Amino acid sequence: MINEYFSVVLSVFAASAAGLVGAFALMKKTVLAGDVMSHLAIPGLGLALLWSLNPILGGGTTLILGAIVIWQLEKKTTLSSDAAIGVIFASSVALGALLINSEEDLIDALFGGFVKLSLNEFIFGMAVSIFVIVMLWILRNKLIIALFSEDLAAAMNIKTSSVNLWFLLLFALTILSGLQFLGALLAGSLIIIPAAAARQVTHSLGQFLAYSAIFAALSVVAGFALSSAYELELGPTVVVVAAAIFAVAAIKRKK
Amino acid sequence: MSEILAVENLKVAFGDFIALNNLSFKLDAGESLAIIGPNGSGKTVLLRALLHVTPYSGTVRWQKNIKIGYVPQKIEADRHLPLNLRNLLEAKSRVLKIKNGVIEKVVKDVGLDRERLRTPIGHLSGGEFQRALIAFALLGEPNVLLLDEPTASIDIPGEEKIYDLIHRLQDEHNITPVVVSHDLHFVYRYATKVLCLNKSEICFGEPQETLTPEALEKIYGPHKYYHHYYHKND
Repeated sequence: MINEYFSVVLSVFAASAAGLVGAFALMKKTVLAGDVMSHLAIPGLGLALLWSLNPILGGGTTLILGAIVIWQLEKKTTLSSDAAIGVIFASSVALGALLINSEEDLIDALFGGFVKLSLNEFIFGMAVSIFVIVMLWILRNKLIIALFSEDLAAAMNIKTSSVNLWFLLLFALTILSGLQFLGALLAGSLIIIPAAAARQVTHSLGQFLAYSAIFAALSVVAGFALSSAYELELGPTVVVVAAAIFAVAAIKRKK
Repeated sequence: MSEILAVENLKVAFGDFIALNNLSFKLDAGESLAIIGPNGSGKTVLLRALLHVTPYSGTVRWQKNIKIGYVPQKIEADRHLPLNLRNLLEAKSRVLKIKNGVIEKVVKDVGLDRERLRTPIGHLSGGEFQRALIAFALLGEPNVLLLDEPTASIDIPGEEKIYDLIHRLQDEHNITPVVVSHDLHFVYRYATKVLCLNKSEICFGEPQETLTPEALEKIYGPHKYYHHYYHKND
């Protein structure tokens, strides 16, 4: 185990990555598909607990598989793909709940709570967060053109399909790094809520990305402080803080 | 004049649906091609085939090292994106590794105020948005500009200005425009060649000789062309 200071450092990096991924997901309108993807971690966590593996390994495997499935579904914009995403969502939560037979483990998987980190988990979490941030920086121009117009991107020989797959994988990795302290049900919220709040108060890309990352980091830091001061569950506290930031941003909304 | 584009026996099909068939034409550098035809006649499909973004059979042969700028008809993007015009143009110039300063130049070339760079793309007017798309296409110094109904969402005075702009870019930047247009007025005034489509080629040549009342009737059906035709002859 390493001390709580490391947990805060890691969560700030993971949250910044989540804020940035969320900003692009919001512009790409893939927020919901991505949120559904986060639930795919649950059966993976269940299997990992069943076979006494590291939960990150189990959750990570099903998340990456989920990213690939959603990537395929996104190529088809039919009603059936919406329905398929709904089926995946419900069945993965149910399957996970069946696999995880201890109630305490189930609550941890859904809402987080593994606050005490091992050094390896810290290093892994930091590596994932930094990787996500660096990859987004590299992909950002192509992502922007592709989300603005796939036609324009195609005319510039940008491979939108591979850009989209990369983005979903980064999304999956971000969920994975948030899984431990937020849990599978709430990991997606740190991607969605800060980005939605940042959108309320910004009109240009640089500001939007910066505010989204800052709001996400602020949510986890304040969440940590409040949860340790009042002995609250960490995951839900972080999400409630993020929601409060969103409420303030919505009130101050820039016309 | 050197040949810039040769299309031979072009065919585009989506499953059983044939969108374009048996199309052949050539274009020289410095010319200006207008593509006309009713809705669903394959005009946009042709542009996409010329860009190699839709599968086709037959030949589309561009001059070597040609650079193509593309202005699509409709942008499906959410106009509420938190992107200003500079963000959008910077994204392209970074992908193409174009040096700084070019963005200001293309914005000036399309007649947009420099201040507009800070405007969120959703706050641009229809005409400004169209100019912004043309500026986007001009990054990378294209020799050819493919424009898909560039005036579709613009009022009539705005339309004139866009066509004047295209004509000016042709003169000043040595660009060969290929324009899908419903507007025969534009075709007569600016195009050196016209291609009439209705899934296959109905006519190709210089507008004055090619667009006979018979040809127009064949493209648009009886009666519908009169408005355009006599408008032009007023």
